[in-house]
Amino acid sequence: MKILECPINGPRPIQEFIFGGEYRPMPEPNKVSDEVWADYVFNRAGEPGIKREWWYHLSSGTWFIAEHDTVKDIFIKTYLHQHMMKDE
Amino acid sequence: MPYRLLRFALSKKYPEPRMFTEPDKLKKHYDVVIIGGGGHGLAAAYYLARDYGITNVAVLEKNYIGSGGTGRNTAIVRSNYLTAEGVKFYDKSIKLFQDLSAEFNLNLFYSERGHFTMAHTDSALRTMRWRAEVNKHMGVESILVDRTFIKEKIPEIDLDCGHNMPIMGALYHPPGAIARHDAVAWGYGRGANMRGAEIHQNTTVTGIDVKNDKVVGVKTNKGPIETNKVLSAVAGYTPHITQMVGLRTPIVVHPLQACVTEPMKPWLNAIVVSASFHLYVSQSSRGELVMGASLDPYELHSTRSTLDFAEGLSGHMLELFPFLSEIKVLRQWAGLSDMTPDFSPIMGKTCVAGFYIDAGWGTWGFKATPASGKTMASTVANDRDDETIKPFNLSRFGQYELVGEKGAASVGH
Repeated sequence: MKILECPINGPRPIQEFIFGGEYRPMPEPNKVSDEVWADYVFNRAGEPGIKREWWYHLSSGTWFIAEHDTVKDIFIKTYLHQHMMKDE
Repeated sequence: MPYRLLRFALSKKYPEPRMFTEPDKLKKHYDVVIIGGGGHGLAAAYYLARDYGITNVAVLEKNYIGSGGTGRNTAIVRSNYLTAEGVKFYDKSIKLFQDLSAEFNLNLFYSERGHFTMAHTDSALRTMRWRAEVNKHMGVESILVDRTFIKEKIPEIDLDCGHNMPIMGALYHPPGAIARHDAVAWGYGRGANMRGAEIHQNTTVTGIDVKNDKVVGVKTNKGPIETNKVLSAVAGYTPHITQMVGLRTPIVVHPLQACVTEPMKPWLNAIVVSASFHLYVSQSSRGELVMGASLDPYELHSTRSTLDFAEGLSGHMLELFPFLSEIKVLRQWAGLSDMTPDFSPIMGKTCVAGFYIDAGWGTWGFKATPASGKTMASTVANDRDDETIKPFNLSRFGQYELVGEKGAASVGH
């Protein structure tokens, strides 16, 4: 069974989680062109590598960030979004 | 008889016929370079040679031909989609498929079975009715049928699904068929090779040279090539290639798993699909049940198999066909699906001159092989998007003109 570490509840089986897609900072909708907005809405960094992804722990309603190696299927670390903001 | 067969096998006079020749090395220049030796890439090479006389073509495959999505799908061919654009395109494909065995002089085991998409809920039934109407309007044979009709065609089915989610009706699509998928790649490969195209296996593309927004060459692990036209037909590996030309796309790759059971006597003639159970199944000409489910739930570039998949799929299979409980699963595998947000492909020209894309084939690529080859050949030869694929251009996202295809496999309704 694959285990994912929820930053609040510790290691849990992956069936308890939902993948929320790539982490993407949102541009200010009123300040950018339609082209930039469409790029934000639709385009993704689809190539393999280590990525920051949104994940959701169903049982506790926790959204968090996971650093995921999409080639080896290894989760490197997980943390809450506010912790990521602090580091940057 | 066995002795004569052995003598034939060892004879130099009758060497084993090869499907295509293996060229020693790459030429310096090609008119068209096709990246990806799957069904789509080889079909494009075939139609470029046959219909447009463009034969100075190299198909570059990093593995062996048909080793990607072409050999990993569940081999279903159908055209009962939901959008007019989709139905038109896949119907073109099905018509090409029907004559392909004769055209190649190669048995593709193309077998029309009739395709049932089961509806377990009112909303699913509504979508089926909608699809049936769109299909009929586009001249595709497709009707809504009731439980009695289903039971008549598939007597082994438990219509009540163990009283979990009873089947209420189905969308029935008589031309739905299965085919031997690797033979499709071989047939196109042989046909293209006979007409002069080169197939280079074990050749990895490591870069694409672009000057002033124009393609000028391709770098490979076997040396550089000069060319002004590159067609990317690599499905699940598309983001690798588009990154080389600096193109952003909405493609996200998810694995799609499938499995086969041990062979049984023929009992299932139809192709059975259930969106609510995330399941599709048909019986191959060898007697194995070929089964697939929905996409893996998160982005991954790996073809690993999971127990979760086998467990979930078996559970739903037993709800439809309880008598299979003692049947063993023989093989399980995964392929990479390049998913798009609207479940339609991305095809045609791009903003980089000479770079053509045939991607976004997600879970619906095999059935599109002939039509995609034909339309991409026309696009590459004329440097103009073929009429049928215009709605599928990459630029549709920038213009917010999506083609919402809810008729795709493994898509919940």
